[in-house]
Amino acid sequence: MLRLVILRLAFGAATVLAASMLIFAGTEILPGDLATAILQNAATPENVAELRAQLGLDRPPTVRYLEWIGHAVRGDLGVSLSNQHPVMEDLAPRLRNTFFLAAFAALVAVPLAVMLGLLAAIYQNSLYDRAINFVTLLTISIPEYLVGYLLVKYFSVRWGLFPSLANVTADNTLLQRIDLTFLPMLTLVLVVVAHMMRMTRASVLNIMASPYIEMAFLKGLSKSRVVVRHAFPNALAPIIAVIALNLAYLVVGVVVVEVVFVYPGLGQLLVDAVSKHDLPVVQACGLIFACVFILLNLAADVMGILSNPRLRRGR
Amino acid sequence: MSHLEYLQKLHRSGRIGRRELLGRAAALGASATALAGIVASEDAYAADTPRKGGVMRLGVGGGSTTDSMDVTSWNDSVATVGGFAIYGALIEVGAGNKAAGDLAESWEAKPGAAEWVFNLRKGVTFHNGKTFNADDVVFSINLHRGKTKSGAAGSFSAITDVKKTGEYQITISLKSGDADFPMVLTDYHNRMVPAGTTDLGKAPGTNAYMLDSYQPGVRVQGKRYPNYYRQDRGFVDGFDLTVINDSTARLNALISGQVDVINRVDPKVAALVKGKRDLGIVVSSGGWHTVVSLLQDPGAMFANHDLRLAMKYGIDRPQLVKTLFGGYGSPGVDTPIPKNDPYFNNTIKPIAYDPDKARFHLKKSGFAGAVTIQVSDAAFNGAVDMATLFQANLAKAGLKVDVKKEPADGFWSNVWLKGNCVVSYWAGRTTATQMLDVGYGPTAPWNESHYKNPKFGALLDAARGELNQAKRKTLLFEAQALMSADVATLVPAFRDSIDGHNNRIGGHVPASLSDMNNSNIISSGWLKA
Repeated sequence: MLRLVILRLAFGAATVLAASMLIFAGTEILPGDLATAILQNAATPENVAELRAQLGLDRPPTVRYLEWIGHAVRGDLGVSLSNQHPVMEDLAPRLRNTFFLAAFAALVAVPLAVMLGLLAAIYQNSLYDRAINFVTLLTISIPEYLVGYLLVKYFSVRWGLFPSLANVTADNTLLQRIDLTFLPMLTLVLVVVAHMMRMTRASVLNIMASPYIEMAFLKGLSKSRVVVRHAFPNALAPIIAVIALNLAYLVVGVVVVEVVFVYPGLGQLLVDAVSKHDLPVVQACGLIFACVFILLNLAADVMGILSNPRLRRGR
Repeated sequence: MSHLEYLQKLHRSGRIGRRELLGRAAALGASATALAGIVASEDAYAADTPRKGGVMRLGVGGGSTTDSMDVTSWNDSVATVGGFAIYGALIEVGAGNKAAGDLAESWEAKPGAAEWVFNLRKGVTFHNGKTFNADDVVFSINLHRGKTKSGAAGSFSAITDVKKTGEYQITISLKSGDADFPMVLTDYHNRMVPAGTTDLGKAPGTNAYMLDSYQPGVRVQGKRYPNYYRQDRGFVDGFDLTVINDSTARLNALISGQVDVINRVDPKVAALVKGKRDLGIVVSSGGWHTVVSLLQDPGAMFANHDLRLAMKYGIDRPQLVKTLFGGYGSPGVDTPIPKNDPYFNNTIKPIAYDPDKARFHLKKSGFAGAVTIQVSDAAFNGAVDMATLFQANLAKAGLKVDVKKEPADGFWSNVWLKGNCVVSYWAGRTTATQMLDVGYGPTAPWNESHYKNPKFGALLDAARGELNQAKRKTLLFEAQALMSADVATLVPAFRDSIDGHNNRIGGHVPASLSDMNNSNIISSGWLKA
């Protein structure tokens, strides 16, 4: 068990390293560079050369990569090329915002999805089952920016219930924060619920075909008890995997929602940094995203093992 | 003074409320119509008279996480709107596109206009308490000269020396005479910071507001500087600027009342905003224009004058203004000088869409291939639509056009200034000579079409040093007529900028140069009640 976890961690670290190389190579082969991107149509050969020298862009890429990865391991993500701030300084508050929104959405979406999925499994093929399937499919099929705009149109412009701008600051209270991020949270919930809900329903129904379930029914247990106590624990592994995927999405895939609600998260930072070729920031974001993905998948693996007594014993 | 006037005076000074004013006016026997008249006059008074206090909330598009308060790094609206509230100008663009002193009180040119003396305002302090003097001006101007990343470097390269000639006086020497030189100093990067500043991102300014908190690409907040030197500016107690790059989100924020004023209202929805009871728009015509470059190096396809003429007559400019800018703009005549510029050559006839004439010139040119327009929405929102429109226009004239969408990333470094036919834009310059200088003169750093006409260069040189207004005008008229006839480049249209505001905002008026009161909205606007 412990050995398994350590092994997974080692694989994770190796994946992060490989990802960092890919991120670096990817940003290197983009056309143009930071100096021309910053100056846009105010660029002259002289001020481009000057800015390039000032930013250290005239050194070979391998040197810059090794220097960066060496510092990153020690927690120093370098200095932003475009505004000379330490990357950590710009990144930390946005990372907190991103995690806050992801956690807020997850707290609502995960229990909701699992509950709806279980109910759908219990009342399989009922009107409720079909309706919930239809509604969640609808919300996942509408592009999230449109979901966002629709929510803004009704909740904020028409009814004035929630603000359309999620411009949180560090000194907001938790309650203010919840109010400001309510609509982005709702958008994200509508987008991710369908996947988790349908997976819960499908894997529970899959287990329901097993002989031991039939045995449970023959004992005279009610359907809800069979589903919740007998089928659900054995259906957990695939559900956890899907939840992990969706949680990762809540952290790394919410750029569009951030734009619609003007939420100062990590996605916007990454987009700006890519368009300005701000390598340290791009790499830092990439690294964090890679770590989030790998950690969540690792957690899903470990929890999958924990949920399965056969794997829990260890060999 | 009648008793009614007395009551109104009390109301205006805030000693009695509106309810009390009307109640007491009614008690005096005022009729319902008279009461309505009182309300209207009080509203008009509130609208026109600056009122102190409140926090102005702005939603501004054109910001990025890579922004900084460093004046040499400014390149978009958030930097200028936020930055102008904090940093004072030597000279700014005043009414009627004329130079107006801010930190410079007066100036005069030595004969020949190659040497200029500027007298500075006394008794001004930076936000950290340091007294403002000539050393700060010399330092601040030099930030944009020589080895610098500043966007003002191009226009400031005309300066050969900046000298302190008194505690409150500086003298600037130029390469050659320029009668409009004070306007060059209005460049938006040229804002005053204390001499010897090492970290420009944290420099104090002299303007009405002190920086309170700053998150690049997210938010700028400031509060009033108590020792500010002007009485006609700095009305609100503070400002809260949220960066909103998405135009729908910006409008939503205005409609839902989370911000009071926004920039860059989409022309397609401007009518909707105008139609709302408590919202309004402010339309400013300025120098912003679209450009389609026609690269004229010897051997290039557009070295052929007839092919350029085919392009000129083969595009439908009024249709462009109507469809792409929702009517908020005006067709161009292939010169970069806007209509409201005193040197705009109004004798050049509007260029009508004429497929037959275009076909005639195409035939005469002997050109048989297809023209590829390189375009990216990195240039401006709608650039691709514009190219597609021209493709349809030119097809009617028998010219085949391919629209090639370039990646936004690297557009400015790899495509712009290099391609045969590239769609781009100019935000405009403060003076006609400056605009022609940087884009079309013989030594222009950003000559997109590589237009080289010695006669044009000579006209421009002569105009720059000419102090006589009338003669200068003649020379610039001739230069514009020449470049239009030559088809130095295509300038299909000028676009107005549209701001939106709610009825809390006062003092938000059309400006001659850029949107948001020439980016001065924070210090020149106010909040009504």
